[in-house]
Amino acid sequence: MLSTLLLQVPMDDSWISFDIPSLMQNFWSATFDGLTFGAIYGLVALGYTLVYGVLNLINFAHSEVFIIGCYGVVFTLTSLGFGPNVPTLGPLAIIGDLLLALIVGMIASAVTALALERVAYRPLRKRNAPRLAFLITAIGASFAIQYGIFLVRGASPEPAVTMFQPTPIFDVFGTIVDSQQIIIVIAAIILMVATDQFIRRSRTGRGIRAVAQDPDTATLMGVDRERIIMTTFVIGGLLAGAGALFYVMKVPSGVFYAGGFVLGIKAFAAAVLGGIGNVRGALLGGLLLGLIGNYGQILLGNSQWTDVVAFVVLVLVLLLKPTGILGTSMGRARA
Amino acid sequence: MSISPEAGADLTSHGPTELAELDIAPEVAEGAAPEREISVGVGDNIMEVKNLTVKFGGLVALDDVSFNIKRGEILGLIGPNGAGKTTCFNAMTGVYKPTSGQVLLEGESLGGRQQHKITRLGLARTFQNIRLFGEMTALENVVVGLDARHGTSVLGALFRVPRHRREERTAIERGMALLEFVGIAENAAVLSRNLSYGHQRRLEIARALATDPKVLCLDEPAAGFNPAEKEELMTLIRAIRSDGYTVLLIEHDMKLVMGVTDRIVVLEFGKKLADGLPAEIRNDPRVVAAYLGEPEDDAA
Amino acid sequence: MSTTDGPTLIPDAKAEQDAITRESNRTTRGGFFAPLADRWNRLSRPQQWVFLLIVVAIAYALPVLNPPLITSEPGNDWPITCLQMAIFALVAVGLNVVVGYAGLLDLGYVAFFAVGSYTAAMFTSPDSPYLHIPYLWTLPVAMAVAMFFGVLLGVPTLRLRGDYLAIVTLGFGEIVRILATIIPAMKGQVGFQNVGHPPGTAADGHPIFSNSNGTPWYWLTITVLIVILLLAGNLERSRVGRAWVAIREDEDAAEIMGVPTFKYKVWAFAIGAGIGGLSGALSAGATGFINNQKFDVQTSILFLAAVVLGGSGNKVGAILGGAVVAYLPLRFTAIADYKYLIFGVVLVVLMIFRAKGLLPARQRLLAYGKVTYARVAARSRAEPPSTAGTKIEGTAQ
Ligand SMILES: Nc1ncnc2c1ncn2[C@@H]1O[C@H](COP(=O)(O)OP(=O)(O)OP(=O)(O)O)[C@@H](O)[C@H]1O
Ligand SMILES: [Mg+2]
Repeated sequence: MLSTLLLQVPMDDSWISFDIPSLMQNFWSATFDGLTFGAIYGLVALGYTLVYGVLNLINFAHSEVFIIGCYGVVFTLTSLGFGPNVPTLGPLAIIGDLLLALIVGMIASAVTALALERVAYRPLRKRNAPRLAFLITAIGASFAIQYGIFLVRGASPEPAVTMFQPTPIFDVFGTIVDSQQIIIVIAAIILMVATDQFIRRSRTGRGIRAVAQDPDTATLMGVDRERIIMTTFVIGGLLAGAGALFYVMKVPSGVFYAGGFVLGIKAFAAAVLGGIGNVRGALLGGLLLGLIGNYGQILLGNSQWTDVVAFVVLVLVLLLKPTGILGTSMGRARA
Repeated sequence: MSISPEAGADLTSHGPTELAELDIAPEVAEGAAPEREISVGVGDNIMEVKNLTVKFGGLVALDDVSFNIKRGEILGLIGPNGAGKTTCFNAMTGVYKPTSGQVLLEGESLGGRQQHKITRLGLARTFQNIRLFGEMTALENVVVGLDARHGTSVLGALFRVPRHRREERTAIERGMALLEFVGIAENAAVLSRNLSYGHQRRLEIARALATDPKVLCLDEPAAGFNPAEKEELMTLIRAIRSDGYTVLLIEHDMKLVMGVTDRIVVLEFGKKLADGLPAEIRNDPRVVAAYLGEPEDDAA
Repeated sequence: MSTTDGPTLIPDAKAEQDAITRESNRTTRGGFFAPLADRWNRLSRPQQWVFLLIVVAIAYALPVLNPPLITSEPGNDWPITCLQMAIFALVAVGLNVVVGYAGLLDLGYVAFFAVGSYTAAMFTSPDSPYLHIPYLWTLPVAMAVAMFFGVLLGVPTLRLRGDYLAIVTLGFGEIVRILATIIPAMKGQVGFQNVGHPPGTAADGHPIFSNSNGTPWYWLTITVLIVILLLAGNLERSRVGRAWVAIREDEDAAEIMGVPTFKYKVWAFAIGAGIGGLSGALSAGATGFINNQKFDVQTSILFLAAVVLGGSGNKVGAILGGAVVAYLPLRFTAIADYKYLIFGVVLVVLMIFRAKGLLPARQRLLAYGKVTYARVAARSRAEPPSTAGTKIEGTAQ
């Protein structure tokens, strides 16, 4: 119905295009930028994936866990004197300040995640509530936090903070890769590898995997399920807080009350694309989704299309391969 | 919430289960499904399970199992814990896709069919872990089963066409007859999650019968019952058979199964160990060995 | 989730008695309005009809009555407040089919509301270059278009498990908003002015259905609401309602009992979408103007809050919830800015402490259930087993 109506519309103002030359021309810059965004998606996606692993729950409020980390980062940097202009500090001082902001962001997110678990989800688990109740609680909590922020900080984004001037590092096929892109991607990969190793090798990690595979048996085997769940929320929060620093680095004026929401859907799509419950899948899915979104946006000629493309990817993955690219390795195959 | 008149029923209904309820004549089940042709004699193969294999990753839960079910018989499926009995049900009813092998109902292959279509072809089951619709009354649970044979469309229900009214009326009559048959009619208005454990098990049977199956698969219907209750249940199962249903019964209590079944298939570690008359099975050394390795448990 | 094999309790008279006590406790403590529900069920059919007629009469008179204390004036025009409440109630009744009956969490319900609004606007507004039809015709058309979109979204996604459905619908709601922004034909923020209205001119020469007078629109909306309620009631007390509740309770078991679960989930989605579209068309007509700003995720969550607050699965509860969610911010303008925060918290708090909402009620799923249950009760009274007889006296006090 609508599509037949649309066909009559004069296509002069190009709301959609299939601009292949433009894509060709910008291919490499879109790739590097996409990977950068993808690394951030991946860090946030880890939080969804870990919680989904142990609780089989989409923690809708994880996007708010992330945005609170962003506020932590912005407030720290602002109080350290950062602003819209490139700071005039020496490199060591900048690194020190960024590390501080990173720590504050991680703590802010982790505390939020933990509070959510204790206040919202645990009571439901206690009384064995149906799945629907968890999902409604999750969305309600997400919403409440968002509008709590809105009431305190208003609708407009926080003033931009510029952390440093990205410097060109090397040149690939005529496209410059800058220091910012490199820092974000490398740091995200290091964090994710560390998480992966932690889940695989540490005692707590084994506990997380055990609970993900079979909560009842894990409990019988002496795993403290409640503690494992708490730890999982904290790890997800810490990673979201780290993602927050990189997000602020990449999008300095992107911190506002609903900023987490849109990124959250994309991060979740990334988790599903890689295989929800799979730690490595989160990274892979994030990077892929970053690329797809960026290519799609250039091809279709409007930045708003990124979200649409991410959504379509999510639906397609769910339809064609619901277990994602790498499948579920942490959790069991759900019957 | 449902206060009255349902609550009226609630309050009056909870007498202890009367043994007498079980002596209900087969006509009641005829009332529940009057159109079915009753053919009691044990006859040709109604169902064939051919080389059924189910693997979960590396675990072979069912390994090349074949057996037949004859029309009108009570076939026992026994085996120790984890032998693959429930898996066999699941593969037959379309819950699991078999890795290989075939299941035929009256010559028609069930492979690749949707579960609700399999049910409509005439294969019904109960669950080892009771899975009733908790927020529905006992009668409503049974009527969901009866709906499998109804033809009202969504639009028909929306505008309450005559067919809808007719089906609703007969559904209530048949539903009540079925509840009567399994002995819980006085609890028709009770939410199924508030029924006692024993009544829930009976309701599961009534709901499965409501789909008017040719073959009724019961997965440990007597689990958790004491010996007297088990005996009542076996009487009920005999009554079901004498109404012309074919019954496939999982039960690991050997003594119990010997008394009620016509034939027995024994599974162990996913493989078929033996297949024969109760007397043969009882004296089969392999079966005895399988069960000796296993503590006599029905309170698992 | 938990798979406990084997027995949980051995049945005996005591356990049964416990179960019944639990049940009756639960029902008597069943909600703030449970005593009302209780009394309602005790009324005879004719008494219920009389009562209903009175309620309906009051409902129609509401915008004219303008009761003191309850009124939203001077902050907000009272008839328009009534209209908003009616529209929210209608939306909640539609969403209740999806969430309450079938247990499918749709977080993008506003998308169907938007589809209905745009359909009405594009067929009636002078800003739209397309075919124009009389406003009242857009109501069924909006419903059909929204149903079409419901099926379009439902068919691929309803095969998924519930939690995926939630996020996909959430995304879908966002997409519709984005498309309304970037597709030129939807006119973005400029939107459509002068959306149509039903015919009729008042004595003073102005149209009866004007954007400044909420009363006629309110009457139209509650008339539609009553029709929808009756039809939804028909569905509830049929195999359709049973299939939905069975799916909500245990989807796998429902499928094995012969319920074509996918088909009925798509129907729930489509019917819900249709009602959403219908309310969108009514809202667009009443406001006279729509643009891309009204259809955000927040509104979806408000709709969900309405259903959950009223009592998920209960259509009367949905009406109550919808009316409350619309009413509170209009009556108490001081909280208007906080409404999203409040209803977000309300969702969490309700789920933790009171998952059944204000009006917890069970679905009635049999067309002739009432008579049958009465008969069962009467029969057990007539020939009670001796022990049961004493129990009646014991518990009736
Ligand atoms: N969905 C599944 N995924 C993985 N393994 C499974 C699954 N279902 C069953 N199994 C395994 O298959 C084997 C057979 O299980 P099944 O439930 O069929 O046994 P059973 O004979 O019914 O035992 P019981 O008497 O305890 O009910 C078991 O080892 C079980 O752990
Ligand atoms: Mg079993």
